[in-house]
Amino acid sequence: MATGVQRTTQLTMADLKGKVDPDWCPGCGDFGVLAALQKALVELKIPTHQVVTISGIGCSSNLPGYINTYGMHTLHGRALAVATGLKLANHELTVIVTGGDGDGFGIGGNHFVHSMRRNVDLLYIVMDNQIYGLTTGQTSPTSRLGMKTKSMPFGNIEAPVNPISIALAAGATFIARGFSGEQKHLTELIKQGIEHKGFSFLDVFSPCVTYNHDNTYQWFRPRVKKLEDDSTYDPADWTAAMEKSLLWGEEIPIGKFFERTDVPTLHGAEPVLNEGPLVHRDPRVPPEVARTFIEELM
Amino acid sequence: MKQTFAIGIGGAAGQGVATPGDIFAKIFSRRGLNLNAYNAYQSIIRGGHTFLTIRTGPEKVTNMGDRIDLFIPLNQDSMDRHLHLLTAGSSCIYNADTIKPGSAAEGVQLCPLPVSELADITRNKVAQNTLAIGAGLHMMGIGFPSVEEVLKEQFKKKGDAVIAENVGVARAGYDYAAAYFASFPVPIPKTDNRYAILSGNTAMAMGGAAAGVKFYCAYPMSPSTGVLHWMAAHARKAGIMVRQVEDEIGVINMAIGAAHSGVRAMCATSGGGFALMSEGLGMSAMMETPVVVINCQRAGPSTGVPTKTEQGDLWQMLGAAFGDYPRIIAAPLDIGDCFKLIPEIFNLADRFQCPGLVLCDLLLSEGRLSVHPDDLNFGPPIDRGELILPANGNGAASAPTNGGYKRYKITDSGVSPRAVPGVSGHIHTAATDEHMEDGVLISDEFTNPIKRRAMMEKRMRKVVGIEASVPPPTLSGPADADVTLIGWGSTKGVIEEACELLSEEGISANQLQIRWLVPLHGEAVLEILKNSRHSIIVENNYSGQFARYLRSETSFVPGGHIRKYDGEPFMPHHIVDAVKDQLAGKTKLSVPMHEIMV
Repeated sequence: MATGVQRTTQLTMADLKGKVDPDWCPGCGDFGVLAALQKALVELKIPTHQVVTISGIGCSSNLPGYINTYGMHTLHGRALAVATGLKLANHELTVIVTGGDGDGFGIGGNHFVHSMRRNVDLLYIVMDNQIYGLTTGQTSPTSRLGMKTKSMPFGNIEAPVNPISIALAAGATFIARGFSGEQKHLTELIKQGIEHKGFSFLDVFSPCVTYNHDNTYQWFRPRVKKLEDDSTYDPADWTAAMEKSLLWGEEIPIGKFFERTDVPTLHGAEPVLNEGPLVHRDPRVPPEVARTFIEELM
Repeated sequence: MKQTFAIGIGGAAGQGVATPGDIFAKIFSRRGLNLNAYNAYQSIIRGGHTFLTIRTGPEKVTNMGDRIDLFIPLNQDSMDRHLHLLTAGSSCIYNADTIKPGSAAEGVQLCPLPVSELADITRNKVAQNTLAIGAGLHMMGIGFPSVEEVLKEQFKKKGDAVIAENVGVARAGYDYAAAYFASFPVPIPKTDNRYAILSGNTAMAMGGAAAGVKFYCAYPMSPSTGVLHWMAAHARKAGIMVRQVEDEIGVINMAIGAAHSGVRAMCATSGGGFALMSEGLGMSAMMETPVVVINCQRAGPSTGVPTKTEQGDLWQMLGAAFGDYPRIIAAPLDIGDCFKLIPEIFNLADRFQCPGLVLCDLLLSEGRLSVHPDDLNFGPPIDRGELILPANGNGAASAPTNGGYKRYKITDSGVSPRAVPGVSGHIHTAATDEHMEDGVLISDEFTNPIKRRAMMEKRMRKVVGIEASVPPPTLSGPADADVTLIGWGSTKGVIEEACELLSEEGISANQLQIRWLVPLHGEAVLEILKNSRHSIIVENNYSGQFARYLRSETSFVPGGHIRKYDGEPFMPHHIVDAVKDQLAGKTKLSVPMHEIMV
């Protein structure tokens, strides 16, 4: 999160309510993510006009319309690129990027990796339902092997990506996993992710009740184990985090996998921004500087 | 005919063609002369062949011209390729130790330099280049002190010993020419003017800085990369955030993100990168977030010939991104215009909240031209349009609101006041889905044909305002002429010179050069062309992209076409000869053959 952000004294859940109600299917995991995000912003008391929620395309990417912050509902897979430009032009804004697994790990995979290595200061929440929902049920990059969908009716023969391992390898500085069925835990992770200075990646199991009949609430509930419950786990230990990220099956860790605070953010590393956000600058190049630009050519 | 003098230097990439080029350019510039430089090169870092043409003169020099006065081949390959270009009165300076001249046309002076006798070639690997510079400058009637001054500057980073050695070698070449070679009959003149020498890429980058660009990003792609290089080198002085992005899709989206925060954002690419950006342009149009994109065209399709020029992307620009939306497309007319156009198109993009597209090409991007420093105006008008920015101090309210702010308010002009994130009281979501005035989507449960129509009409109404803000094209030259030559963008200079040459031969010619492609002002164009006795469209592509566009907008069909799609720019005589053929009724489509083989 940006330094020097003003906090408001009064903020309620009602203040965070968007112009319209979500049109997600009843029971969709995304309701839980939206509620946790609103709760986190209320608790952090960040003025709503200082927050920008940016998404791509997909069911979960409709989220910016349902929350009362500035919003950008961009192109499929491109939210992180848009968010990077927006943050660099006004680094005082709190930027939250939301989207789905197809949006982020499929069509947006390139931007996902590069945004993490750049350590752009934003929180990226992926509502990971392991299926394409808005296109009515096709295999996604996180669909399990063997899963039958409309696009792979005889079962998926491609291994899924592991978003947590990718994030660790790509250099994200805050990496966590949440579960839409664990509201309080999820809210806490969102708050930490917003407050972290650098790229925060939060993969959230957000079940699709319409198209994914494999990875349901009932499937996740007995499997998810909070890393915070293990007092010996140290999120500063990258190797331990990588090992934990590989766990899948009967036990699936959720919580904060990894955090480091010693890497400069992208906006912090660029001296051009030392004098404050670009949006506040005089657009004119000072005449004495302009003169040197021309003299170089003479 | 214009008094000009042209030097051609040929050699392998990596053999040092650029350095003598820079030295000659600097000397001409210090003498207050205009110059135009064009480097024909290949997509190879070492080896192959490159041929640099530098043309200079006291008047404006807008193109490479038709004639080489002094040819300096740096290897046998170059000699073999280009000696045939020389005509009576020209000279060729070459290393007699390593290069055999072949047969030259009558009246061409062959000037062999005994390089190993004049310099220690074991110590100085580029001695032949420096000797040739010295010899050439003597033949041009330029005093040695100005040679010495430029050599000192050129080698200052390498220390006094290297400077002394190079000055010595240049002197040896200079004196050898005095003793053995005939000088050119007219010495290179001198004026009191002073010019800046710059490429179109540098000009567009500087134009961006002058326009107040605060965010520039790009992915390297020839021939647009020079814009990135200037921006990166000057970012900190100019207060511009410059980023190299993972691909052009990232580039356009990042630029739009920055623009959405309220700064001016720009990016440049070539045709292939532009193709990747096209979905993003639709987003700029739909969110009504202005962005300026430069396409430096090269010879396509696909990877094509990355180091060669073409005007082959017009229809890509006209059709970029799906759906109907207002856009602005302009093609700079010369390198000075590359600078001037950027602030102009930013003002339009900002006022009408839509993408502004600049259609440049390799000829301007990588060519170099002398421009009067006053034409590089860092204080152009800046009009940000109806923009509501956050006040300094972390986004305190900077505009009053009664709580009913509608980002996409339906207005007569189609333009709605644009508040950016950080402004209190103006919260909204900007979406690529169709939306209502308040930003709420009308693509899902609120889908509504009446609202959809209203929003389409709102956005498209901006077209009227854009057209009213852009001047119609004008005819230059005599009002009544034997032939009207129609061109667009970078062909301005060469067509201009072709018109002059034609009139010297008794054929009066005038010129209609198009700078604003969209809006085109079709009616004004028709009004001009209805009086033309014979009209010919000149363009650097195969299918006559502009001719097809003009016909689609106006139903106008010209009398003939001159097209070139070999990767090289037009030379004046290509146009002159083709016009004469067409006026004689020999053909309606001329495709001139390029004589310089690189």
